[in-house]
Amino acid sequence: MTTQELPFPGLAGVPTADGPQNRKEYTSDQEVRWCPGCGDYAVLAAVQGFLPELGLRRENIVFVSGIGCSSRFPYYLDTFGIHSIHGRAPAIATGIATAREDLSVWVVTGDGDALSIGGNHLIHAMRRNVNLKILLFNNRIYGLTKGQYSPTSEPGKITKSTPLGSVDHPFNPVSLALGAEATFVARTIDSDRKHLTSVLSAAAAHRGTALVEIYQNCPIFNDGAFDAVKDNDTKVDAIIPLVHGEPIRFGAPGEDGLGSKGIVRSASGGVEVAQVAEVGTDALVVHDAHNADPSTAFALSRLTDAGVLHQSPIGIFRDVDRPTYDDQARQQIAQAGQDQGDPQVALAGLISGSDTWTIV
Amino acid sequence: MAKQVQQLDRVIIRFAGDSGDGMQLTGDRFTQESAAFGNDLATFPNFPAEIRAPQGTLPGVSSFQVHFADHDILTAGDAPDVLVAMNPAALKANLADMVPGTAIIVDSHDFSGRNLAKAGYESNPLDDDGPGSLAATYNLSVLDLTGMTVEAVKEFGLSRKDAARAKNMFALGLLSWMYGRPTETTIDFLTARFAKAPDIRDANITAFKAGWNFGETTEAFVVQYEIKPAAMPVGTYRNISGNLALAYGLVAGGVQTGLPVFLGSYPITPASDILHELSKHKRFGVTTFQAEDEIAGIGAALGASFAGALGITTTSGPGIALKSETIGLAVMTELPLVIIDVQRGGPSTGLPTKTEQADLLQAMFGRNGEAPVPIVAPQSPGDCFSAALEAVRIAVTYRTPVMLLSDGYLANGSEPWRIPEISELPTVDPAFATGPNKVSVADDGTETHTFWPYLRDEETLARPWAIPGTPGIEHRIGGLEKGDGHGNISYDPANHDYMVRIRQAKVDRIAESLPPLEVDDPSGRARVLVLGWGSTYGPIGAACRRVRKDGLDVAQVHLRHLNPFPKDLGEILKRYDAVMIPEMNLGQLSLLIRAKYLVDVVGYNQVNGMPLKAAELAEAITDLIAHTGPVPTTDATGEMEAVK
Ligand code: SF4
Repeated sequence: MTTQELPFPGLAGVPTADGPQNRKEYTSDQEVRWCPGCGDYAVLAAVQGFLPELGLRRENIVFVSGIGCSSRFPYYLDTFGIHSIHGRAPAIATGIATAREDLSVWVVTGDGDALSIGGNHLIHAMRRNVNLKILLFNNRIYGLTKGQYSPTSEPGKITKSTPLGSVDHPFNPVSLALGAEATFVARTIDSDRKHLTSVLSAAAAHRGTALVEIYQNCPIFNDGAFDAVKDNDTKVDAIIPLVHGEPIRFGAPGEDGLGSKGIVRSASGGVEVAQVAEVGTDALVVHDAHNADPSTAFALSRLTDAGVLHQSPIGIFRDVDRPTYDDQARQQIAQAGQDQGDPQVALAGLISGSDTWTIV
Repeated sequence: MAKQVQQLDRVIIRFAGDSGDGMQLTGDRFTQESAAFGNDLATFPNFPAEIRAPQGTLPGVSSFQVHFADHDILTAGDAPDVLVAMNPAALKANLADMVPGTAIIVDSHDFSGRNLAKAGYESNPLDDDGPGSLAATYNLSVLDLTGMTVEAVKEFGLSRKDAARAKNMFALGLLSWMYGRPTETTIDFLTARFAKAPDIRDANITAFKAGWNFGETTEAFVVQYEIKPAAMPVGTYRNISGNLALAYGLVAGGVQTGLPVFLGSYPITPASDILHELSKHKRFGVTTFQAEDEIAGIGAALGASFAGALGITTTSGPGIALKSETIGLAVMTELPLVIIDVQRGGPSTGLPTKTEQADLLQAMFGRNGEAPVPIVAPQSPGDCFSAALEAVRIAVTYRTPVMLLSDGYLANGSEPWRIPEISELPTVDPAFATGPNKVSVADDGTETHTFWPYLRDEETLARPWAIPGTPGIEHRIGGLEKGDGHGNISYDPANHDYMVRIRQAKVDRIAESLPPLEVDDPSGRARVLVLGWGSTYGPIGAACRRVRKDGLDVAQVHLRHLNPFPKDLGEILKRYDAVMIPEMNLGQLSLLIRAKYLVDVVGYNQVNGMPLKAAELAEAITDLIAHTGPVPTTDATGEMEAVK
């Protein structure tokens, strides 16, 4: 099984199952209630298929969500779960992950939940590097409240609350996560089961906060928002695949059979798209997800359109090691408690202090 | 020279100076000396919200009042017998509290031009000796404490500024001599505190001793006072502040439940000291998480509770406002959670360093929907320890968030505390769910064993505490309404009505576990009952004593539990013709009592950021007794006649 073959530091301390598991064991008895065609179904299917591969004890997995369509996710998985309140899932999950080393803790959130009402908790979880896996379902719209623009909607978007078009500037979730110094940042697509699963697997392996942005189609209120990266006709020019150790190339195949377009350093200090035939392969940026300096990852994140999506890097932007908050907090306690002895005796000593007097 | 020794039964001293003069430390040391001596005592620190308010000004004045006695006392006292004023502003700011004839000791050093002006004096009040002057009104001692300090410590070669800083220790030494305090604890304290700065250490100890010796030799003071140790119940005592006792109570809550403590908190006055204190006790398995905001503090604590820890959050009123939604989630998910509100003056930012009891209704009702939360309140600094343990007991037994309402007066005030034996403390078994709890039998007789997270204990109505890592009880909970028993989402109208009622019934059920109220009605003839809660216990008790000393009858009941009320409260209220409720708010407990028991209570309300004054309250009680009339009694013929 996967856990025996791969080093998964992200899951160290979580007990493994006695035997093989299947997706049925991870499926709860609750009826799934998303709209027909919703991208959430695909992600749920991918997760239900992927969790048995981790080989963990099911009772040691916890899914925590906030509020929104995607936040119903925990109800459909037969693990432990909390469907909490709007925006607060990372805070609640921080408590769970810090209190218990033996749990694999996942957060399911949306663009409104994570980036609007819960923005503060999200950035602080990432800077602390709590051992959490955060799945951010980005459909660039408010679905559950029936179609208002979200903090990732493109400028000018016409919605129920912006009849003349939105004048808000959107967040780029990957840029935000990198700015908050997240140690693992990735982007994937709901409909690409294989890529989604590989990213989830890498996130699970990572020890620390993993932020995975999932482009998720909402056919009811924002249909087609990600068509560019999904349609067979357009995706070759829209998806900029990030593969660690490989030059970043995309677009229709050139003479060498690889993408005719590539990413090069720009004069302004960032990165830009160039024709490989013009710049040569040596000029291409070789993706290094393990680079301690997040500058190039950030530059890459800026290749995503802020407006209507035509082009976006997909893959793992950053995957670096940094001590986690929860490991360090537990370590301090373990060290302090080494020669504790009987807690009641220690308590008696504590409350007495040193300045006492006795009345007989 | 030989000094006279005069016996006193109690003394109230107020040390006042600039925020930078070390008055809190001075008061604290005097308190420790008095505690070591065996007096009963109560303290009241009073300081500005600013860390360094402008020097020498009225807003920058910091004071520490200590009341010590040879008998048991209940408050830090209304008005000082002795004021020690280290500068003009300290004198001016505190003069209004001084009764003519009481003693004022002034450091005259700063009574000159600019410093007088900063305090708003046009001329030096110490120079005036006409009628109505300080000298004519008070027992005034004008001493150059700073000058004497600088002279005493000159051998250490400190800068003038550093040398002058030891003046608080000179003052402490003088007062310690005057009241016959033991000096060892202070010398030990200074030795440890300044271990890394030998010059400063020696200067402070020298100044302290110089102050003592000055008292011994000067002709300015001819009387030394003696306040005998108080006769207190047998036991081992220490001095303790409310925040420290609360922190210890929470550590004890972890030990006595066998649960790891998880504190999620965001710094806020006057609750931060609990966070600081708990951060020191990692060896007890206490995790402290300083969150990004109040909401994350309680969120993480609730997450930790879900994971099987004793989740705690500490804050003050503004923080409770931010935590409200998560408290609602804790009500809905029925998880144990202890929420500490150290109340301060409100609304909004209000008066961060002053005390108030105006969060009772917030604690009671400050959430959307029907969201009942049990409320407990400590009544004195030392009592914060037991109140914390009681909050833990209720939270764990009933799987519910519990609000503990302390306040600024309790938090920073201190008193001698009889240290309990650990064997006296209650233990609570968290009784985690261990496996499926529901058997369903199909038509063909086959049994399935499942886990129902909302199947209730018949006695407590509590649901199982089902923590991750336990096989066979995987389940999902959340803020959406639960179906009775199985806990899955339910929008069924009848189910919602039932669940709202059962959550309320569970909280009401706590009353079954409460001991009968203690009614303090020594003569048994009182017609007026004074009902209180929280930190007003001391002033109410002291006021009742005054009233009884005057030969009148009054009864006192103090509530530890504000929600639910104890079962016998209604019956007790009905025994009295009049009920007065003194509170540091506009009548919040009054409102609850009127609503629940239809008793026309009389409010006594003060919201000035300060504790109630016993003398004023005693007057109000006396008025109410007069208004209510004497005690009717039944004579042999069965007719009513008035006593007295
Ligand atoms: S509204 Fe959109 S996001 Fe929500 S369930 Fe329906 S399709 Fe999915």
